[in-house]
Formats: sequence, structure tokens, C-alpha cells
Amino acid sequence: MHPAPSIIAFSTFSGLGLGLLFWLGVDATAPTGWVAFAFFAIGYLLAVGGLISSTFHLGRPERAIKAFTQWQSSWLSREAWCAVAALVTMGIYAFLLVFFDTQVHVLGWIGALFCLLTVYTTSMIYAQLKTVPRWNTVLTSALFLAISIAGGALLSGRVTIALVLLVVAGGLQFAWWKTGDTRFKDSGTDMKTATGLGKIGEVRAFEPPHTGTNYLLNEMVYTVGRRHAEKLRLIALALMLVVPVLLLLLPFPHFFGVLALLSHIAGVLVSRWLFFAEAEHVVGLYYGMR
Amino acid sequence: MTQLPESTERKMGLVIDLDTCVGCHACVVSCKGWNTENYGAPLSDQDPYGANPSGTFLNRIHSYEVQPEAGPAQLIHFPKSCLHCEDAPCVTVCPTGASYKRTEDGIVLVNEKDCIGCGLCAWACPYGARELDQAEGVMKKCTLCVDRIYNENLPEEDRQPACVRTCPSNARHFGDLGDPDSAVSQLVAERGGMDLMPEQGTKPVNKYLPPRPKDTLNQAPRAEIDILAPLLAPVAAEPKGFLGWLDKTLEKI
Repeated sequence: MHPAPSIIAFSTFSGLGLGLLFWLGVDATAPTGWVAFAFFAIGYLLAVGGLISSTFHLGRPERAIKAFTQWQSSWLSREAWCAVAALVTMGIYAFLLVFFDTQVHVLGWIGALFCLLTVYTTSMIYAQLKTVPRWNTVLTSALFLAISIAGGALLSGRVTIALVLLVVAGGLQFAWWKTGDTRFKDSGTDMKTATGLGKIGEVRAFEPPHTGTNYLLNEMVYTVGRRHAEKLRLIALALMLVVPVLLLLLPFPHFFGVLALLSHIAGVLVSRWLFFAEAEHVVGLYYGMR
Repeated sequence: MTQLPESTERKMGLVIDLDTCVGCHACVVSCKGWNTENYGAPLSDQDPYGANPSGTFLNRIHSYEVQPEAGPAQLIHFPKSCLHCEDAPCVTVCPTGASYKRTEDGIVLVNEKDCIGCGLCAWACPYGARELDQAEGVMKKCTLCVDRIYNENLPEEDRQPACVRTCPSNARHFGDLGDPDSAVSQLVAERGGMDLMPEQGTKPVNKYLPPRPKDTLNQAPRAEIDILAPLLAPVAAEPKGFLGWLDKTLEKI
């Protein structure tokens, strides 16, 4: 699948921002006043910035509002609703904390729940697709949620929780890669079922429909960078898991915490790039490609 | 609405005969021609006369080489367009309601005024039947020529999809696959029509007729009927006389 920068930025930064808002929502003694303002501002910049960047890949962004209509069947529509619910609820919660030093716990819990639901619905946009076997698993949702709340814990300065969650997210990432490598083969879709010609013999693509490329090949049969996948996986895991954990174990949590966060974000960006670049769509079979 | 109908009154679709398709691409041209001038946004091309041309097509022809265990390889031309699936995954993923499946005839369509061009329906389709038009920013797909098949301004013989109407080898058939007595359903039953990627669970309406078994002229039975073979066996042994001397001399030079 084509790794569109707008989608990678969206899922990484809005995931991180929603993770931070989640922790602010469930915090028993949430910050108030200007400290609260700073935390919520960062959370909102990340979450809203990510959501806005996601509209850049639309062919017709001016009609984006219509995406709210089909919540009964579409995960993308549900994501839009959950994001608005999360941002509105957390907005009221934050307003009371910043300007009235009042914490309404219920509001925080509801907001936190919608933050998690937003990340879950984002993950389901990918996990629902049978056409991309690597994504078509519950592990995709687990991975997105784990990375989101681990990043949120790191960003909100919860060192111990962050350490645990980073290891969990790293483990899920490893399991997702490992099981993902065989999922295309296990899906049972190959050139024989794609063409229905498998009963006759071995099928080989002889001529593509056109001499040039097309939308399908650019969007769904993106193969650039796959040969570096193994190295990039190691880089991603090192940056999102190993380096932050080591830095968090050092003293001076504020200084090294910032470095740990930056390293983690860089690692998640690499991981998200691989998420798309390594994903193989079954339509490639019609072109004899993966 | 992007919820799929429980059932449709009819299941209009295509039956494509892989035995008779000659791979001429006439259906591709007629499809592009009709659908550029009629329903919805035109099918744009990018850099059509330049070094790297590409464009939007609703119908594309692949060619495959199939190698049986014994005998020569077969070349099979393979037209592919929207299969108007009963469980169309492209419809349910649509966030805006632009994608829908019609209850009256089962045709899957895009309301281009509602399409935001997110491309998720193209991701959800295993067949590559949907392409985002790069000029218009909206999703394009086969409409089963919905503006031809019910069009009373056209002569009756033209009221079928452009690809079917134009096919010179009669490899494409159009009809109601929900009616077991229709000509297309009969054809599917007779020839063992098949689904593409049945394991994806999309329940395609369009069916493909597999190539008929090839004849076996080059194999074993042929030797028995070749009565001239003994008379045609080579008789020349080593050359003798003048030719023999010439052969040896030339060999030595």
C-alpha cells in the first residue's frame, strides 16, 4: 500500500495526542490552571493537527463533513464521530480544569473512553480489510491502542507506566510483524483463486492491461523500500522501544524524558511507514505482483 | 446509504467467456468512450501523449499464461471490471453514503456528488474495480452502463452495456443472474461459471466461464492415424561416390 505522508502523520500524531488526553482524563489528580492548559494544548495540537492532516489525502476535502453520515456501517464514519465526541468532552473537562480549578471526573472518564474509541476506530479502518491480509487481524487494533497510550504516558511524564506500556507496545509490534509475514499466504488468496484458472495449471501474468502504470498499481502495489524492511524494523523497534526505555532509566527525567519522547515518535513514524509500505493488497495478484 | 440491501429484486451482471475472449481490448475502448461522455465525471487521462501516460479505466484486460501439468501452455485473455458483488465490501466502508447497491437491480454505483475521494472503497475491493479519477478527485467504477440499459432513446439492441455491445467475439453476456431461467444463468450452469476469489466472501454477481478443454492433436493418439509416417522416414545413409568424396574433402579443408 502507498505510504501517504498525510496518513502516516495523522495516525502517529493523533494517536499520541489522544493517548495524552486519555491519561489526562483518567488522572485522579489532574493538573489545573496553566499546567493543565499546557498539557491540553499539546494534546489538542497533536490530535487535531493529525486529524486535519488526514484530510489532505482526500480527493474532495471540501466535502469531508459528509463522512459523518454513515456511522452505522463505516468505520471511517465512526472514527469521525468518536474523534468529535472525544475532543468536545475533553474540551469541556479541560475548560473546567484550566479556568475553574474544578475536576469533573466523570467527564474525564467519558472523554478518555472516546479517546480510546477513536484510536480503535482508526485501527479498524485497516483491520477490517480482508484485501490486505497483513492488516486483517485484531492485533492491528491492539498495536494501535498500545502505541497510543504508551506514547501518551511518555508525553504526560508517567515514567513507570510508560516503561511497562513501551515494552507491551514493542512486544505487540514484534508479534504483529512476525505473524504478518505469513498472513498473505494463510489467507488462501493467490493467482489461482484470483483468476479462477488454477484448475488448469500454474498461472503466470503474461501481459498487464496497459504498458504504463495506473492508480491501482500506485496506490496498492507499492513496492519501494520493502527490501530494506528488515533493517527498518530494527530501527523502528530501537527508536520506539529500546532507546526510550534506556533513557527513562537514567536520572534527570525531564531532560532525558524529552529525548525519550522524540526517539519514540521517530520510531513510531518508521513503524507506520512500514505498516503501509509492507502491506500487500490482493489486487496485485492480477498483475503478477504483490 | 452504505448499508447493503438484504436482497435485490434482480441481479444484473455480466458473464465473461474466457474461452472466446481474444484480448482485442475493444470493450476497453468502448467502455472508456461511453463512460467519458455520459454518466458522471469523464474518465480523465494524465500525460496521455507524454512519456508516462496513465488514466482512469473501468474495464481492463489482463493476459495470463497457464501451464498445465502436461501439454503446451495456454494464453488466456482476462477482462476485468466491477463484479457488482452481493456482499460488496466497497459499499459498507464508504463514510459518506456515496457508494450504494441498488435494490431494484443490484448495480453498485457511486454518487459522485457525495464522494470525498478517500479511496477506502478502492482498498476494500479485492478486484481492483474502482479507480480514483486523478482530475476529478472522485471514485469511478463500472455502472453496468446504467444509462444505456434502461435508455428508451436508444434502439433496443443498444440497450446493453457498451462492452457487451461491442465485443466482436461474443465473449461478454449481459443479463439477470438472479433469474435461473435467464440466458446468462443457463450459460453459467452449462459451462460451469465461476467466481473470482470466492474466499474473499464478496459473492460476485458477474461470473467467468472457464476455457474449454483444449484438443490434444499433438499427443499420443495422433501417431496411430499418421499412415504416411513409415513412407517419410529418412533413407539417406552416408553419401557415396562423388558426393561422398566431396563431403570428405570439404570436411578436411
